[in-house]
Amino acid sequence: MTIMQSFSELMHQRQQRETVKRSRPVETETDVSKLEVSNLNFFYGEKQALFDVSMTVPERSVTAFIGPSGCGKSTFLRTLNRMNDIIEGTRLTGKVTLEGQDIYADDVDVVALRKRVGMVFQKSTPFPKSIFENVAYGPKIAGQRNQKELQGIVEQSLKRAALWEEVKDRMQDSALALSGGQQQRLCIARALATNPDVLLMDEPASALDPASTARIEDLIFELKQNYTIVIVTHNMQQAARISDWTAFFFQGYLIEKDRTQKLFTTPKKKQTEDYITGRFG
Amino acid sequence: MSVAQTSPSILVKQPNSLTRRFSWTRAREQVIRLALFLCGALSLLTTAGIIVVLFNEAIYSFSGTAFFQTVSITDFLFDTVWAPQHPDKPRFGILPLLCGTFVIAGLGGVIGLPIGLASAIYLSEYAKPKMRRIVKPTLEILAGIPTVVYGYFALVFVTPYVLRPIFQTCLGINVDIFNALSAGIVVGVMIIPTVCSLSEDALRAVPRGLREAGYALGSTKYDVSLKVVVPAALSGILASFLLAIARAIGETMAVTIAAGQQPRLTLNPFRGMETMTAYIVNISLGDTEAGSMEYKSLYAVALSLFVITLSMNVLAQWVLKRFREVYE
Repeated sequence: MTIMQSFSELMHQRQQRETVKRSRPVETETDVSKLEVSNLNFFYGEKQALFDVSMTVPERSVTAFIGPSGCGKSTFLRTLNRMNDIIEGTRLTGKVTLEGQDIYADDVDVVALRKRVGMVFQKSTPFPKSIFENVAYGPKIAGQRNQKELQGIVEQSLKRAALWEEVKDRMQDSALALSGGQQQRLCIARALATNPDVLLMDEPASALDPASTARIEDLIFELKQNYTIVIVTHNMQQAARISDWTAFFFQGYLIEKDRTQKLFTTPKKKQTEDYITGRFG
Repeated sequence: MSVAQTSPSILVKQPNSLTRRFSWTRAREQVIRLALFLCGALSLLTTAGIIVVLFNEAIYSFSGTAFFQTVSITDFLFDTVWAPQHPDKPRFGILPLLCGTFVIAGLGGVIGLPIGLASAIYLSEYAKPKMRRIVKPTLEILAGIPTVVYGYFALVFVTPYVLRPIFQTCLGINVDIFNALSAGIVVGVMIIPTVCSLSEDALRAVPRGLREAGYALGSTKYDVSLKVVVPAALSGILASFLLAIARAIGETMAVTIAAGQQPRLTLNPFRGMETMTAYIVNISLGDTEAGSMEYKSLYAVALSLFVITLSMNVLAQWVLKRFREVYE
């Protein structure tokens, strides 16, 4: 059980970091649920990708989805802001609510939903525009024309994404000139600029070097004080380091979801234990 | 080491010497190689030949007097009258021909480029696969219509049934039967497939992730198409525009028929004009004496046209490189 021990160690390091960074200790956190999913089934054409998934995502916390490739964790993440809508031939049953409102109801404005539920992708996707224009994109399409307001939003978003100091003198440079890690933080800043409540992250650090990954993880830690964060990750250590809750997916089923500490130290299901101890996947 | 020890028998017989020797296989390779090279060289040689002939007749003749050895280049570029057939005092100012060419290409561009780009955006971003299967071949049919048909269409339909009723009857503007506007309209229609097809390729090459990022920020389809995908495909779109304009400038039959053959220095699109290409058609028809100034002027005009379309093509290449966004 050395792996279990190493997770316990991770937990310990993490708690130390949390006590430094946060006034509130994790255990007394109040769990107001932000997103509630009940009996979700998802299909790509004939192929069913998710089976009867139910879960709640608590507010101002980090929820991590782990599981082997193809287990449906990314697909599930994308149902939370209806990104799967743009893929032809997908179908879904069940219910997803954001603060009590069914996001798949007929009268839901998908564009408005996506402004409240932002998303960061695995591959950084800066637009071929300047750094400023990238961050200002969301507010601009939402109708913000006032240049001064825009500058304020851009500065604040870049500060929150811990990128401001590195780019403040070259806001008009192309975003494509930034390094991979900077591009990913730019994408986070761009997502924050639309002022979302929820931030979905699909393996945001998997294409980055360890130093950039550490910066992103620190950033996620900072952000959870104001945002509800849902993150998909391949990397179990990462889930253990940054998340409050962890959900384990396997073959389209949600196997287990619990507080991260519990799931990694005393998993209830055999499959979870096998996965986190590296017996498969 | 151990392999050599455990397998003493050599399975494939190796040649004793590495020196190259004649073999039919290699000879066939050489012949094929040569034949393919000649095919490639043919197009190069043709281009080189055309340049040599143009140079010989227009700039510096090896056997007689070239056009620019008689007419000064200043007169050619700045004289405002093109009258090569004048019996006493022929004048060779290319401005009227340039003007006709650019007015018609410009009108064609104003009509064809936005429509071509809009249809490319529709096909790439909006159209359902089924719709695309119908629209794309239809556009390709447009590209397959002989240009002489377009010219005829401009002359017998666009001018009398569209332009004259609108501008002459309603607005009281005199519309010549040969006019630049009708030529511009059909040239515009002609370049739509070029613009559409090339721009659509550029739009479709934009990675899917960029579109998703756009949608994830709360964009509508319109926002994603115009503010994310089009800027990302800008180099390809601009290149398609330049190639289409080059095609419009080089267009011959349609404009000869629709715009007429009067070299007139005017910006009024309702008057007849002559383009450079139309002049070349005019002179090539046969009753021009070989070796006369009129005959040589053809090469001067052709050379100008060649320089213009070549620079458009070079510019298109440059734009494609300069504004290309690299996505891995």
